[in-house]
Amino acid sequence: MTAVRIPPVLRAQAGNQKKVEVTGTTVGEALESLLEQFPSLREQVFTQDGSLNRFVNVYVNGRDVRYEQELATPVGESDEVILRPAMAGGR
Amino acid sequence: MTSTTDRLSGPEIDALRPHAHGGHVRHGGRFPSIVDAIGFTPLVEVPNVCPNPNVRLYAKLEFMNPTGSVKDRVAKYLIEDLEASGRLAPDSIIIEPTSGNTGIGLAMIARRKGYRVAVVVPDNVTMERRQLLSLFGAEVIDSPGHLGSNGAVAMAKHLVQKDPRFVMPYQYGNPANPRAHEETTAEEIIADCPEVDAFVAGLGTGGTLMGVGRRLRRHNPGVRIYAAEPLPGEKVQGLRSLDEGFIPEIFDPTAIDGKFLVSNTDAIEALRELTDKEGIFAGVSCGAVMVAAKQLAREMERGTIVALLADGGWKYLSEDIWTRDLETDEDEIDSLNLW
Repeated sequence: MTAVRIPPVLRAQAGNQKKVEVTGTTVGEALESLLEQFPSLREQVFTQDGSLNRFVNVYVNGRDVRYEQELATPVGESDEVILRPAMAGGR
Repeated sequence: MTSTTDRLSGPEIDALRPHAHGGHVRHGGRFPSIVDAIGFTPLVEVPNVCPNPNVRLYAKLEFMNPTGSVKDRVAKYLIEDLEASGRLAPDSIIIEPTSGNTGIGLAMIARRKGYRVAVVVPDNVTMERRQLLSLFGAEVIDSPGHLGSNGAVAMAKHLVQKDPRFVMPYQYGNPANPRAHEETTAEEIIADCPEVDAFVAGLGTGGTLMGVGRRLRRHNPGVRIYAAEPLPGEKVQGLRSLDEGFIPEIFDPTAIDGKFLVSNTDAIEALRELTDKEGIFAGVSCGAVMVAAKQLAREMERGTIVALLADGGWKYLSEDIWTRDLETDEDEIDSLNLW
């Protein structure tokens, strides 16, 4: 099982959990496992054509998967997956 | 009595100075005003924190700018852009959403040039940033800290709509922001380190990454550009829906090669190492940049990395960054607005 960290903005649709255990060996499979548990998250996380919402960033061990293998990025049991909304940076 | 150099402009003064790097000087020199002294920051090798002996890691010390951050470069370009556009009237108030450094740069330059400045800052930024804004004469308007920079941007836009005296340079959407880095920061890097293979900087507005990246790629199309971005704590994620998310208009995500998400705690650990092993006293985002740069160094067979350190440690002293117990205070530290 891999843990996915849920950002506060999505928690109401994820049983108010900070972390959700999921199965799968890729980011895509891990997210599908998450969405099977919490179907109402689907329209937040994915667009209608099945790609990641541009305002959602997904990280595996701190690396943004858009710059890795996107949904095919491998995940292992000890990896940390973080979902995060795109937010303004500081300065 | 006026000397020859007092009457000369920047490029003419440059021509009189001895320097080794085509058109650019090392830190120091003589300038007609503090605004002209922005930039020309040193590039310093940091071998004691580099995990790969086949990689040369350099830090560009932006805290050597007049108000202590890279944002002096941007503030100068933003104000010059306002001046050139004719948007400044005698009663204008320059307003900008900022977590501090851009506002401090704007306020300093505005004081030198005689403009009025207001800044919208999240109410949880460090005390030192507020003090500096005030002492340079900026009016400080608080936005809700739990909304982070998104809240400051929204409030500044609202104020501009309500009062026509407010003129917003808007660093998140103004091409003058990346242009400052394309024309100054990147030129200095190329002059000092033409062999650069990878560049790492913090992701805030995206201006540094876009501007430096654009120029470095013209110099070497194979150069790689990486961002370090903050992992905001639980208290700084006050969006009501993902649709309130924000991608700065000037930031093109396809123009970089990778992004590293770094928590405050990890950034502070790297920051302490930088102070302990290299004697460099930098701000928290610089720790995050070092986390990313070190990871890159581990993954590279050989090469040269330039990491941009955006500000110094002075503005974070009140948060006890260098002395706190990181394990005990982890949740609180990760909730602070330190970028």
